[in-house]
Amino acid sequence: MLDAYIPILAFFGICVVFAAGVPLLSAWLGPRKPSPEKSMPYESGVVPQIGARQRFSVSFYVTAMLFIIFDVESIFLFPWATIVRQLKIFGFVEMVVFIATLFIGLVYVWRKGAFRWE
Amino acid sequence: MKASQYLLDSGLRVGNGVAADPVLVFAVKAAIVVLGLTLAAAFLTWAERKVAGRIQLRYGPNRVGPYGLFQPIADVLKLLFKENLAPATRDKLLFLVGPSLAVGTAILAFAVIPLSAVNHGIGAGYDLHWDISHLNIGLLFILAVTSLGAYSIFLGGWSANSKYSLLGGLRSTAQLISYEMAVSFSLIGVVILTGSLDLEKIVTQQNHAWFVVMQPLAFLLYFTGALAETNRAPFDLPEAEQELVAGYHTEYSSLRFGLYFLGEYVNVITVCAIATTLFLGGWLPIVPFLSFIPGVLWFIGKVAVLILVVMWIRWTLPRLRYDRLMSLGWKVLLPLGLLNIVITGAVVAFQAA
Repeated sequence: MLDAYIPILAFFGICVVFAAGVPLLSAWLGPRKPSPEKSMPYESGVVPQIGARQRFSVSFYVTAMLFIIFDVESIFLFPWATIVRQLKIFGFVEMVVFIATLFIGLVYVWRKGAFRWE
Repeated sequence: MKASQYLLDSGLRVGNGVAADPVLVFAVKAAIVVLGLTLAAAFLTWAERKVAGRIQLRYGPNRVGPYGLFQPIADVLKLLFKENLAPATRDKLLFLVGPSLAVGTAILAFAVIPLSAVNHGIGAGYDLHWDISHLNIGLLFILAVTSLGAYSIFLGGWSANSKYSLLGGLRSTAQLISYEMAVSFSLIGVVILTGSLDLEKIVTQQNHAWFVVMQPLAFLLYFTGALAETNRAPFDLPEAEQELVAGYHTEYSSLRFGLYFLGEYVNVITVCAIATTLFLGGWLPIVPFLSFIPGVLWFIGKVAVLILVVMWIRWTLPRLRYDRLMSLGWKVLLPLGLLNIVITGAVVAFQAA
């Protein structure tokens, strides 16, 4: 049963070697003449005054939390989707209740303005 | 069967007694996928510039080699011999991980996509699958691996400690996770119809009609979501040059920048391959009497047409504004995806009852 994952694992190894090896190749072939100006973050020619890691808009956090909720929903939906035929109407009604609950939640956060970007 | 036994047991026979070593078969498949995707992605950059040129009534690249065909080779060589610049205040480890993750996940997702029908019983009951590994949950595997691509963009944007990178990375991550739902919800419609997550079964069940006919809404949702997932126009806000320089890969140079580029194009190939497999009948011919053409060619042809459409869209539509992009994802695609699931589920459940 798990045999199918052996090639996946081997291919994963190949991907790692490929993806990690290519930048090494260019690091080896390319020139290396560091200077303080080159190692400054790019800000259109202006010398950066403060670091980049400042506070950023709270909307990004809200988006991330909503993503978790709906991604978990999709994890519940996939197994259900494979056996709709066997579960027939009972399974369908159960899932409609589940989807409706989350949809009400979506409408609620929508009305609360979670998707408003200022 | 144990792993060691699987790797050592090379007693498979092909044709008239020629041994087919599973390790050898795997090595050939892996080499074809890695080299094929890399080359295809390289030449897609040429194709993209050529298409862009034609759409804007210019020639596009035409100096290096016939029709400018050697342009990608010249580009790669140039990137290879450039200096690796990096900001001194970066997070050293994560800065390295970002670009590698972009390419690695994009290629890894291709491992389970079947390029053609199974060749049953070559030699001693050996079935040649046209994918690197035949998983019965192939679709979940693809979703899981392609989701990891979001990390490459966020890590690359955050670790550089540059404002442009950080803003690009944030925007992009928020966009990717918002459209991820549209993508997975649209795929559930197909899973309901087939009752399987096995990509080969999904294709063979499209014998009578492609799923784009039964799931047109899901196809549109998937295609829109896939454009956003690959950061392609009109959803290319993370790389909006006019506002963010180059977005999350502002601070990358040399082949590390090239890896992000490669990852983007491999991702385009992957999402078009998934759309072909799930909605456009995979390796199946358009009409039955054309079945003498090998399945692989059908598959590659369909993927190529889809990629052309993706490029066409990029050079036709203007970029969306960020708040509109997010509302499109959450207020339009997500409810439509749920609606599609409920309708498809209702039809299948009531038919079964």
